[in-house]
Amino acid sequence: MTPPTADELGLRLCHHCRLACDATAQHCPRCNTWLHRRKHNSIARAWALMMTALILYIPANVLPIMHTSSFTGDSDTTILGSVVTLWLDGAWDIALIIFIASVGVPVTKFLVLGLLLLTVGRGSERSRRDRTRLYRGLELIGYWSMLDVFVAGLLVALVQFGALGSIEPRIGILYFGLVVVLTMLATMSFDPRLIWDTEPHHE
Amino acid sequence: MSELSDLIICEYCDAVYQRPRLHAHQRANCRRCGGVLARPHLFHVDHLLALCLTAVLLVVFLGVSPVLVIQTQGQAHPATLFDAVWALTRGPTDLLALVAGFSVILVPLVQVALMSWILGFAHFRQKAPGFRGCMRTLTSLSPWSMLEVFLLGALVTVFKITGRIEVLPTLGLAALAGLSLLIIGMAGRDIHRLWDELP
Repeated sequence: MTPPTADELGLRLCHHCRLACDATAQHCPRCNTWLHRRKHNSIARAWALMMTALILYIPANVLPIMHTSSFTGDSDTTILGSVVTLWLDGAWDIALIIFIASVGVPVTKFLVLGLLLLTVGRGSERSRRDRTRLYRGLELIGYWSMLDVFVAGLLVALVQFGALGSIEPRIGILYFGLVVVLTMLATMSFDPRLIWDTEPHHE
Repeated sequence: MSELSDLIICEYCDAVYQRPRLHAHQRANCRRCGGVLARPHLFHVDHLLALCLTAVLLVVFLGVSPVLVIQTQGQAHPATLFDAVWALTRGPTDLLALVAGFSVILVPLVQVALMSWILGFAHFRQKAPGFRGCMRTLTSLSPWSMLEVFLLGALVTVFKITGRIEVLPTLGLAALAGLSLLIIGMAGRDIHRLWDELP
C-alpha cells in the first residue's frame, strides 16, 4: 500500500517550516516562504554547478596547496603529495582521513550526483528508494571535505616564525575550497522528489 | 489549517501521512522512500534555552582562547579560530578566508545569537519579534555551519605536526567540541519544534 502524494491531495510542502500547505497558495501561511511544487530548474542548475566544480577540481589537485620554507629548503605540497608524505612517515591514519576528506568525498559526490542527474533526466523508474538514499548520503557528507582547508589555515597560523621556517597557503587550496562550496550548492539545487515523479499513477 | 498541520509530507518523495504520536526513541520513516519523517525532541524548550546560554558562554570563550598552542624553544605560539581564518589571507587565498570566516565564525555566531533571541521569548511562550525571519535564517544557515569540520581539522593538525614540535591541545579545543555538539543538536533539529509549539 503506497501512501498518497502531496500532488494527489492538492498539497505542497513548505521547504522552510515543513508545513503542509494548500497547493493553490503562493506563500506558506505560517512562515511566508514562496511555495514551489519542485525546485526551479533543479536539474540544469545542479548540472551547471557540478560541472564547474569538476573543472575546478583539476587545478585543486594539480596546483600546490601549501608552501613550506625551512633550513632544508623550500617545498610545495599538493593534496595528494601531503597524503603520500604522511603515509610514508607512518601516519597512515591521518593520511587516510585526509585522503577520504579531500579525494574520497568530492569524487563520491561527483559520481553520485552525476548518477542521480542522469537517471532523473532519463526518467528512470529503477530503484528509486536506493537513489533517494544516495541523495541523503550526499547531504550528509556535504561539507566534510572542507577539512584540508581548515588544516591549512591552522598550520599556517601556528607555524609562522623563524626556527621552523614558515608555511604559506597556495592557490590550490582556494580552488579546493570553491569545489566544496560548489558541490554543496549543486546538492542543494537537486530536488530528490524528481526521482519519484516518474511513478506511474494507478489509483 | 488545523487539519493541514496534522499532516506530514516527506521532503524526499512527497508522500503524505498523518502526523504520528512518537514515544522516546521512536522514529517515523517514510514507507515509500525510507526518509525520516519525524523524530522525538531531545529537549524541552526551557532546557534548550539553558543549553543556548551555555553556547553563548562557549562562543565568548572561543573568541579569546586558542584552540591549539605549539611550543618551540620555550616559547608558546597560540592559534585561535580567528588566527586560523586570518592565516588564509596570506598568499593568494583571501577569498578562501572569507569562506572559512563565514562558516566557522559568522554562521555559528549568528546561529547562537538568533537561537538566544527566539528561545528567550519562547521561555515566556511568546514568539520573538521577527520570529519568522529568524527561523528562516536559521534553517538556511544550518548547512553552512562547519565548526565540527574545523574541530576534526584541529585534531588532524595536532597529529600532523607532532614529532616536529610539541603541540598542546587546550581548553579551547574542548569548548569547540562542546559548541559544535550544541549547535548540531539545537539548530539542526530541536529548534524546529517552535514552529508547532508557539501560538
